[in-house]
Amino acid sequence: MSDTARPAIEMTGVEKRFGSTEALRGLDLAVPAGTVCGLLGPNGAGKTTAVRVLATLVAPDRGTARVAGHDVVRAAEDVRRAIGLAGQHAAVDEGITGRDNLHLLGRLHHLGARRARARADELLERFDLTGAGDRLVRTYSGGMRRRLDLIASLVTSPPVLFLDEPTTGLDPRSRQEIWDTVKELADGGTTVLLTTQYLEEADRLADDIVVVDHGAAIATGPPARLKAAIGSQLSVTLADPEQLASAAAVLSALSGGDAKVDVAERTVTVLAQPGVAVLLPSLVRELDTVGITAEDAAVRAPSLDDVFLALTRESADTLRSAA
Amino acid sequence: MAAVYAPAPMPSRPARMVVDTWTSMLRILLNYRHSPGLLAASLGVPVIMVVVFGYVFGSAMRIPGGGDYREFLMPGLFAMVATNGIMPTMVGAARDVGRGVTDRLRSMPVSRTGLLLGQTLADLLVSVLVLALLALVGLAAGWRARGGATDAAGAFALLLLFRFVMTWVGTCLGLAVGKEEAAGQLSVAVFPVAMVTNAYVPTGGMPGWLRVVADWNPISSVVQACRELFGNPSAAGDAWPMRHAVLAGLLWSALLLALCVPLAVRKFATHGR
Repeated sequence: MSDTARPAIEMTGVEKRFGSTEALRGLDLAVPAGTVCGLLGPNGAGKTTAVRVLATLVAPDRGTARVAGHDVVRAAEDVRRAIGLAGQHAAVDEGITGRDNLHLLGRLHHLGARRARARADELLERFDLTGAGDRLVRTYSGGMRRRLDLIASLVTSPPVLFLDEPTTGLDPRSRQEIWDTVKELADGGTTVLLTTQYLEEADRLADDIVVVDHGAAIATGPPARLKAAIGSQLSVTLADPEQLASAAAVLSALSGGDAKVDVAERTVTVLAQPGVAVLLPSLVRELDTVGITAEDAAVRAPSLDDVFLALTRESADTLRSAA
Repeated sequence: MAAVYAPAPMPSRPARMVVDTWTSMLRILLNYRHSPGLLAASLGVPVIMVVVFGYVFGSAMRIPGGGDYREFLMPGLFAMVATNGIMPTMVGAARDVGRGVTDRLRSMPVSRTGLLLGQTLADLLVSVLVLALLALVGLAAGWRARGGATDAAGAFALLLLFRFVMTWVGTCLGLAVGKEEAAGQLSVAVFPVAMVTNAYVPTGGMPGWLRVVADWNPISSVVQACRELFGNPSAAGDAWPMRHAVLAGLLWSALLLALCVPLAVRKFATHGR
């Protein structure tokens, strides 16, 4: 942590194979200290394996991974002292109370009985679980269990936190609570690596996003830059189907993209070339100039969903240069 | 966040193992404290066993060479309690793997051996209660330890050793199956293994091949050893483990421990690799 130049989390060419499945094929990753990195990818992309390698649960076949400056294989114990892990499950003991869960984890972190107890009380209070602290975890709602699970990874105030799909399967309110907690931790200087399938989650929380597909990074950058890599989407709906062709010509000319016509819906859509800004007034004016009246016209900025779909659809190589 | 809770200076390896063993033990005992039903079931089983086997089955049982059936049965039931040690650790270990608790613990700087040892020791503590209760129920049903205090203490020591061995077998199996439901299904398979023994009936009347299996079953060695040490009636044949039952019980225990402890620790440390 004293060495700020060095990323808090780094992976270089990490490969991992399970039987005939190549979970990771040369994943590179660098997360600067104090930032939140969102690892985004479809199911089976290798996100969880990446976290398991970093959390010293799985040894890489090839490549190196370092966390807080320590090699995950050669200095696994040092890594374990620097990290917190909250996984896809609520990895807490359901047969005991929330307070005892935290208290026992504190002891396993060798805080000593007294400090472990004090820390459990402090965490429950800070994360609004004081009332539920003395109830058995099996009486908790799904959202509360996951919150406890997240808190359980904070017993030592680890400088590096791994969250593997922390909100999968949660209702919107519980999700918001987890997001608030992660934001708070990040503001406090914790380095967070978060895997998610939810683009909104990555968009909200991450400073940088790494899109992973088939075990390798296919794009890296802040959400805004990834979105800028693809253009906005224009669409118009016409009253008169006769005008569809000429409308398509206008849209293509404006956006530099290839307009698509849907005759049944009487709409024309086009994805603008990256960097070509089209504003709604100019779109309407251009259509007007050639005598086309639109029932509806829209310019939509690209969402992270568009980015994700575009990236995972195309081949990794073309996109690595584009991003 | 307060830097106070940054990890404390790392204790030495042996110190860590002691602390982690104790913490892990505490966790299991807390689970028992919050599940009075579980403890009641563990304690209720011996009473039911004595009634069902001692009085229901026992009403139609004759021991070759004579002797009271309930006197014959008690060492068998003691050994059954010891054998049942396989269940809680198997289901517990599988549940922890399935729910991700094992992964969390493995991502922490804890002693792997200590964590597992704590769970097995906690179980051992509970089984002392269960064995004591079974002994009381047995006494009420007319059973007596007739071989003297030293031998009786030896028998209980062997029973606790065997229970400890079985908790490690259970840990091994639980880590291997990794799913609570699968562990539940597997525990059904423990039943026939426990039945093909000399615990409930003498092996003399079994078909030849089955008798060999029963006589060489580790559980049978423990049962026969207890019959000898308690001075209870027995009808052992001349298979080697039956003629040297105490030695055979100790050897089986040593062998199973030597096999299961390293296997469980390795499985725990490298789970999912």
